[in-house]
Amino acid sequence: MILAWIIIIPLTGGLAAWYSGRINRAWPRWISLISLMLTFVLVLGLWVRNPVRDFSNSGATWLIEFDREWIPQLGISLHLALDGLSLLLLLLTVFLGIMSVGISWTEIRERVGFFHFNLLWILAGVMGVFLAIDLFLFYFFWELMLVPMYFLIALWGHENRRYASIKFFLFTQLSGLLMLIAILGLYFIHGRATGIYTFDYMKLLGTSIPGPAAMWLMLGFLAAFAVKLPAVPLHTWLPDAHTEAPTAGSVILAGLLLKTGAYGLMRFAVPLFPGAASDVAPIAMALAVAGIIYGAVLAFSQTDIKRLIAYTSISHMGFVLLGIFAWDRIALQGVVMQMICHGIGTGALFMIAGALQERIHTRDMEQMGGLWSKVPRMGAVMLFFALASLGLPGLGNFVGEFLVLFGTYRVTIVMTVLATAGIVIATVYALWMVQRAFHGEGREMRSVPDFSLREMALMSVMIVLLVWLGLYPQPVFDRGREALNNLQKSTAGTFRVVPDNVLRVSK
Amino acid sequence: MFIELLWLIPALPFAGFLVLALTGRVLSRTVTAAIGVGSVGLSALIAFLAGTSFITSPPPGHFYRQVLWTWIDVDGFRPEIAFYLDALSVVMMLVITFVSFMIHLYSSEFMADEEGYARFFAYMNLFVGSMLTLVLADNLLFLYLGWEGVGLCSYLLIGFWYKDPANGYAARKAFVVTRIGDAAMAVGLFLLFTNLGTLQIQEIMRLAGQQWVPGSGLAVAASALLLGGALGKSAQLPLQTWLPDAMAGPTPVSALIHAATMVTAGVYLIARTHVLFTLAPAVQMVVAVIGAVTLLLAGLSALTQKDIKRVLAYSTISQIGYMFLALGVGAWTAAVFHFMTHAFFKALLFLCAGVIITGLHHEHDIFKMGGVRRQLPLPFMTFLIGASSLSALPFFTAGFYSKDMVLHQTWFSSSGSPWLWSAGLAGAFITSLYAFRVVFIVFFGEAKEQVVKKPGMKMLIPLVALAFLSITGGYVESGTTAFSGFLHTALPQTGPAHGGAGLILLIISSVVSLAGTYSAYVLFLRNPEYVENILRKAPASLLHRLWFSGWGFDRIYDILFVRPFVLIARINRDDFIDLIYGGMAWVGLGFNRSLVRTQTGKVRLYAVGVALGAAILLAAVMLL
Repeated sequence: MILAWIIIIPLTGGLAAWYSGRINRAWPRWISLISLMLTFVLVLGLWVRNPVRDFSNSGATWLIEFDREWIPQLGISLHLALDGLSLLLLLLTVFLGIMSVGISWTEIRERVGFFHFNLLWILAGVMGVFLAIDLFLFYFFWELMLVPMYFLIALWGHENRRYASIKFFLFTQLSGLLMLIAILGLYFIHGRATGIYTFDYMKLLGTSIPGPAAMWLMLGFLAAFAVKLPAVPLHTWLPDAHTEAPTAGSVILAGLLLKTGAYGLMRFAVPLFPGAASDVAPIAMALAVAGIIYGAVLAFSQTDIKRLIAYTSISHMGFVLLGIFAWDRIALQGVVMQMICHGIGTGALFMIAGALQERIHTRDMEQMGGLWSKVPRMGAVMLFFALASLGLPGLGNFVGEFLVLFGTYRVTIVMTVLATAGIVIATVYALWMVQRAFHGEGREMRSVPDFSLREMALMSVMIVLLVWLGLYPQPVFDRGREALNNLQKSTAGTFRVVPDNVLRVSK
Repeated sequence: MFIELLWLIPALPFAGFLVLALTGRVLSRTVTAAIGVGSVGLSALIAFLAGTSFITSPPPGHFYRQVLWTWIDVDGFRPEIAFYLDALSVVMMLVITFVSFMIHLYSSEFMADEEGYARFFAYMNLFVGSMLTLVLADNLLFLYLGWEGVGLCSYLLIGFWYKDPANGYAARKAFVVTRIGDAAMAVGLFLLFTNLGTLQIQEIMRLAGQQWVPGSGLAVAASALLLGGALGKSAQLPLQTWLPDAMAGPTPVSALIHAATMVTAGVYLIARTHVLFTLAPAVQMVVAVIGAVTLLLAGLSALTQKDIKRVLAYSTISQIGYMFLALGVGAWTAAVFHFMTHAFFKALLFLCAGVIITGLHHEHDIFKMGGVRRQLPLPFMTFLIGASSLSALPFFTAGFYSKDMVLHQTWFSSSGSPWLWSAGLAGAFITSLYAFRVVFIVFFGEAKEQVVKKPGMKMLIPLVALAFLSITGGYVESGTTAFSGFLHTALPQTGPAHGGAGLILLIISSVVSLAGTYSAYVLFLRNPEYVENILRKAPASLLHRLWFSGWGFDRIYDILFVRPFVLIARINRDDFIDLIYGGMAWVGLGFNRSLVRTQTGKVRLYAVGVALGAAILLAAVMLL
């Protein structure tokens, strides 16, 4: 039942925040904060009460489950389940949720109640996505994230918000529909073959699908996930949406919504259709590498700081895609780490960009420069997260990226080498960003206030987390190991990528 | 035992960094300096105690390993946060902590009037911690952490005066160019782990020695990739272009990072993984050739520079070229020996240059200096010692012993050759020529400017200490083999000394360096008009310009890589892929508009439409 509570609390909290907004502007903020804190405690409780243990012998897949009938006639149930992977992502979700509430504290002044309603409902949707293992329910949550996000961009966004929000909606909605078709296709194929019509993931796992159907169904899933991830060339909604969204929206988009795409690939697309997935793996990895490099080059050329950060997301998520389709043990652990650290690091960068915009009313880096002497704390924090972004060892992102590369190297040398080249370009854009905003001669500007105590507190937590994950990431690996092993077990023997590892063979 | 305090040696500077970074803004300058200098001083003290204890009572197997915790443990990938001390890392550790301490002490006065005093010491402490991590790391991933850490600090400190965009550019250039090498090195790490199943350096060397045939593809690939990293960090051809620009940073930074320590990290890496290079003779040959070519090209560039710091920068590239030459012929000990003496005399030269530059209103141009000898006698003496050591003047300088060892082994080693030796010899002539060119132009002749600022004790003590070592540092190998004997517990021996023939080589190289010094005297002090006359002729002035610009590498790279990259990025700023989607939307809107136009409200037109549609449908049904 605790799993259901994790979703119900933000849902009701959101409603409460909306209504309370009519009474007082401060209430929605406090209600959101409290309900997210409550959720956080629940998730932490799950972490503590389920110590990492080796249950490979017991045959259990999940730490805990929640299963209620919903529409039994159609084989739909409210089936939630938690393993190490979803636990990690839940923690990330609630954490970034709290950060988003914190960062919106002064930024959002209009329709505060409705804003927090949307915020909490997105979070509920995201957590639902990470927990649902009934495909119908999964699709339900998938759509639940979408609509409040659309409002968040369309109502509280910047200059070009209408265009950005519609673009976001069209991309995700269309690709989501393809996934719905694929879900239904799988439902019927499985039903015809076995007589059991069900949307339950555990039962659908291992369905043998005749002929080219598997490929088509897999592509349906892939479409939705690749758009969310995003994979080049389906990425173009992202820079607009990230740039135009209010800060909290950008944080959630980059930190969480992109992760749902990666999670979907790991949980559904590959395990349900391992054969088809391994057939497209070379292409997917090529697109991943293309994304790493292309995103980085585009990031370099931007002048809008939020747009720059948005493109770095494309580059970083390329590592995630690469690692997933390498489907290697080390690489998958790297993927999880990269997701967490990208969520924190990019979230923080968006928070800094938002704080800058709140102060100097521009995102254009040509208008900045010389800020270091005015707001040294902001400068130092920005530098830190820029370094995280370029993969500096000692910070979590390095661990993620390098594990992906170490694992991918065992599968394909060519892709690994190309992806490594992306690290060089990351250096270029990250340093360039900090220098353009903070170094050089200052412009004449009214005095700019530095980070407040509240902002500094949020940033410090994120800094400590990234350093911790960079130097002692083992708790995350221990937590994820069993879940990832299970995923790999479900594809054992059917997911095969032909290695191009020529050198290794010629030993 | 002191050796168990090993972890404190890098941890103390890191702690200093943390304190300064978190509280630096509120600390007074005195406290800041106390923390910044004190943490490194303490670290140097512990390093000294641990080092002596290692030397006097070596641990079993001549190494000491200290594991702090397991960094990552995933499917057999198990790098640890662990330190490894053997003869090689003892030498590196001692030199680094001592020189760092001296330079920190010097900086506490040198930077006293600068804005961002705490920031400076925070970065410097972070650097020392990272550098010590680099040389003490037990596995390649941890080494890589230090490796990138020093690169970062180099970036931060080159761009320390951040208000000038030129400094920012130099900083960025340094970081990006070295990271190109680092990317190669990273791939090398992937390769080593995938094929040998570990990143622990000693294990790698043991397994590679067992499993890989000399000259096998894997050995060649692995060592070539590591070499990529080494070339970037150590500013060797073709990745040398960042170092002269790195002089934009404060002078103590140039002394510490861009002369004594970080730039020699590549030398350390190759020495540390020497087995891999021995297994790949082709790559080792490349190392030697790169070293030889770099030492010549950079030496000639040093000869033409006007900026005193750029002379020293090219000189550093050139001297590291000697170390690469030594590594390439398998003279591991000689390379490390030259690293050590170079750390002393090059740091000394930079610190002296710092005194002169601040003394003369931040003047960098040697031709605007002159006659400084009388006004700054002690810095003059120490600079003279440094230049003599750099020029390897025979018998009394430290540089003489280390350079002689390099040249000697270049001739006699099985993979050496007279060709490589003669390149080194030519380099020796060039070295003393450019070194004494600076001495004569800056310190002798007419005084052109009045010295406005004299150094205090905190700046003079390091000069004297380093000058002392620039002379005596070589005696560990004069008449004894104390140094090489100690190092041979960690590095393989190169071969026996060759008494008689060796003596002839020694005489030749002594004569050559003295000749270089004398030529400098003739050309730059006694008859400067010779040079002017030569330079008036077209070929000579062309060559001069070429050398002055560092052989035009910057321009070539600019045209080949930088501009195309920037151009492509600019052109594609709006992401051409988005144009495709934009085009789809545009087409959709177009259809919408043309269809809207049919909505005229005229019933007659609608009727025609219905009739036509029905006719077409009927026709289709009948025909198909």
